[in-house]
Amino acid sequence: MTPEHDSRLTLDHLVSGFRRMAPLSLFVIVFGLAFGVAALQQGLSGLETMMMSGLVFAGAAQFATLELWGETVPLLPLVAITLAINARHLLMGAAFYPHLRELPVGRRYASLILLTDANWAMAMTGGSTAARLGILVGGGIALWSTWMIGTGLGVVFGSGISEPESFGLDAIMGCFLLAMLVGDKRDLSVLLPWGAAALAALAAMAWLPPHAHVIVGALAGGVVGLLLPSRQEGRV
Amino acid sequence: MMLDATRGGVMLAIVIMALATYLTRAGGVFVMSRVPIGPRVERFINAMAGSVLVAVITPMAVNGDWGARMALVATLGVMLVLRKPLPAITAGILTAALWRLF
Repeated sequence: MTPEHDSRLTLDHLVSGFRRMAPLSLFVIVFGLAFGVAALQQGLSGLETMMMSGLVFAGAAQFATLELWGETVPLLPLVAITLAINARHLLMGAAFYPHLRELPVGRRYASLILLTDANWAMAMTGGSTAARLGILVGGGIALWSTWMIGTGLGVVFGSGISEPESFGLDAIMGCFLLAMLVGDKRDLSVLLPWGAAALAALAAMAWLPPHAHVIVGALAGGVVGLLLPSRQEGRV
Repeated sequence: MMLDATRGGVMLAIVIMALATYLTRAGGVFVMSRVPIGPRVERFINAMAGSVLVAVITPMAVNGDWGARMALVATLGVMLVLRKPLPAITAGILTAALWRLF
């Protein structure tokens, strides 16, 4: 019924994407719980904490801006830090664009609402356009749901797991993203751009403002890829 | 510009934060839809896609403790051999937990 090149996203694709992301999503509960606890300690109400997790859905930015929520909320730092930490989404969206090109504009931008590191990385690993969209949206729903469940648990039960490091849980996201990266690899020619990305990210961490390293590293890798001699077929 | 932390003020700040975040999610696609995609642009975004992850993971390895580093090594090793993400991630988490336990 659904040929490979068909970009129509069906319920089956959504369910399949949801299922593929479900195992990792369970770990997101822990991060959500930690955020719920931290937000309450910062003086946010339970409702405000849930609203933030639900609407913003960007853990790193939510944690990083927590200290701003006091008697008054300084909007400029709030927006600046949020943009800086989430700027990697710009590049992730750009890289995913070929799979959104055929969609009507409304559905194209709706598909991006739940874009985040994990579902994007998995969607980039391959499959038909519809399967990738299923992972982006269905996987996004899985991650959003568990992020909300975790935040809710944190709000309701307070301090549950205060030190995820001791369980190795802080390593989950790194291991997951690394697994997605290696799974995506087709040949050794990627090692040059990736090496450049790693070096540029390290240099940016040493000499540039916080949170600049992801953008700098990604752009450096992209430029090196651009300068390499093109391979025989245009589409890799 | 400051917003008072009344319920309405906090809610407004949350909505502004959410809009800023969505702007980053949609912005890259918006720009790409206005750029003609030739082979050069395609080479750039293909190389950039993996590089985003490299740039996210590198600081974890550099700034993390040996538990985090060995977790990444274990993930990489299992991934290269089995090519299956779940066993690779499981190996990474177990490595970090065991490393810190002993």
